Amino acid sequence: MTLSLNDVSRVFTTEKGETIEALHHISLTVNDGEFICILGPSGCGKTTILRIIAGLETATLGTISVDNSPVTKPSSKMAMIFQEYSLYPWRTVFDNVLLGLELKGVPKPEREAGAKQYLELVGLKGFEHSFPYELSGGMRQRVAVARALAINPSILLMDEPFGALDAQTRNRMQNEILQIWEKTKKTILFVTHSVDEAVFLADRIIVLTRRPGTIREIVIIPEGRPRERTSEQFVQIRRHLLDMINEESGVQ
Amino acid sequence: MKRRLGLILPVLLIIGWEVAAIVINNPFYLPGLETVIPVLLNPFADILGTGSLVENAQVSIYRVTLGFAIAAAVAIPLGIGMGRSQLINEFFDTTLELIRPVPPLAWVPLALAWFKLGIASIVFIIFIGSVFPILLNTIDGVRGVKKTWIEVGTTLGANERQVLTKVLLPGAAPTIWTGLRVGFGIAWMCVVAAEILPGPTSGLGYLIMYAYNQGQMNIIIAGMVTIGVIGLAIDLVFKFVEKRWFSWRTLER
Repeated sequence: MTLSLNDVSRVFTTEKGETIEALHHISLTVNDGEFICILGPSGCGKTTILRIIAGLETATLGTISVDNSPVTKPSSKMAMIFQEYSLYPWRTVFDNVLLGLELKGVPKPEREAGAKQYLELVGLKGFEHSFPYELSGGMRQRVAVARALAINPSILLMDEPFGALDAQTRNRMQNEILQIWEKTKKTILFVTHSVDEAVFLADRIIVLTRRPGTIREIVIIPEGRPRERTSEQFVQIRRHLLDMINEESGVQ
Repeated sequence: MKRRLGLILPVLLIIGWEVAAIVINNPFYLPGLETVIPVLLNPFADILGTGSLVENAQVSIYRVTLGFAIAAAVAIPLGIGMGRSQLINEFFDTTLELIRPVPPLAWVPLALAWFKLGIASIVFIIFIGSVFPILLNTIDGVRGVKKTWIEVGTTLGANERQVLTKVLLPGAAPTIWTGLRVGFGIAWMCVVAAEILPGPTSGLGYLIMYAYNQGQMNIIIAGMVTIGVIGLAIDLVFKFVEKRWFSWRTLER
């Protein structure tokens, strides 16, 4: 499974009729099983890239393809995990997770078995009958991960999924997503504005410029996992990325 | 404690009523409790040849249900369309905003002209009374459905119809339910008012007006108590369902 973005640009038109270029000629190839982080200053169009890949928005120019077949609408090869509030509050945890299979018309025993399996994978066994409002922010995001995994996509698109969590929960979730990634062998595209998060997680970090977003640099993280956040190499890469981001955000 | 506090005033009112009835001593102004309670205790007994309390209540409930059901059948699909599509909204909005301020009872002459005396004109009045709260709440409910919920559905493979049945409807359901509850309250008022007008020969509204013409104040009051109790009971059913199925709306942070 290879995902490629070929010369993708995106132009928005505001209500006043002004045009804003959010993305400018982005080309990128993502290999099977890779963990990619997309990093950039706020408003650089990182989320837009993800939304175009997910088929929720269309590229103004350029194409997206998975294994050489073009992507123009949401497909079951991909699942998206949103920043927050994406769970259906009227459904239990269990019913949230099995929704994707329900939509596909998978028979009840099968979809229930699937939901069970993925809830176990994210460590939420025993919470099947809870409602989202009964869960903490971290647990809700785990449900969202299980729900995305349940449709068995090849690619997971994650849009700042831990952005609303406290630092401690965030670190724990980062470790867990790595474990899930290793177990399931999914390709992950992970949008974040946290340099630390990107260096901890990614095989490659795509650094975007400020709007209109273009690829400024692709940083390869050679370090194996689990990574030590205080190691010399980690700190060095982090410094290099921070400098770039600060420059893009106009911070001296 | 709260419940006990709430009981003090009704008890005082009943005592005051009874005292006043004895002092006034004129059943054409204020009948005593002892003449009202027997009417309520014999709901199956015929009253002045118009049928029993229960029979008349059944007629009123039947009419209100019919008008209310038609209103819901029109307002919910229209509300979903207007809430979802700017185009549909703009097409209907101006017209509906012009009609909405006209009170349901102002439609009575037209209703009589169009549908003649009988159930159709009453049902029409009820329809007019209950359609707007249901419509406005449905529009609000659909607009309140988070964009992310719809997008999650789409990325998980939902088609247009599934987005409607699995995301939009359940997401908007609590607000639509509120609209139905308010709409039913108004429908209940409309049926009684429409039955008081010339034409009908049955229903609780007709019963109290007929009792007035016969000078039977105790029956008027018994009829009013019945109207109030039925209205309250139906509202309790709506509230119960709200609590049972739609409590997520208030619990969600």
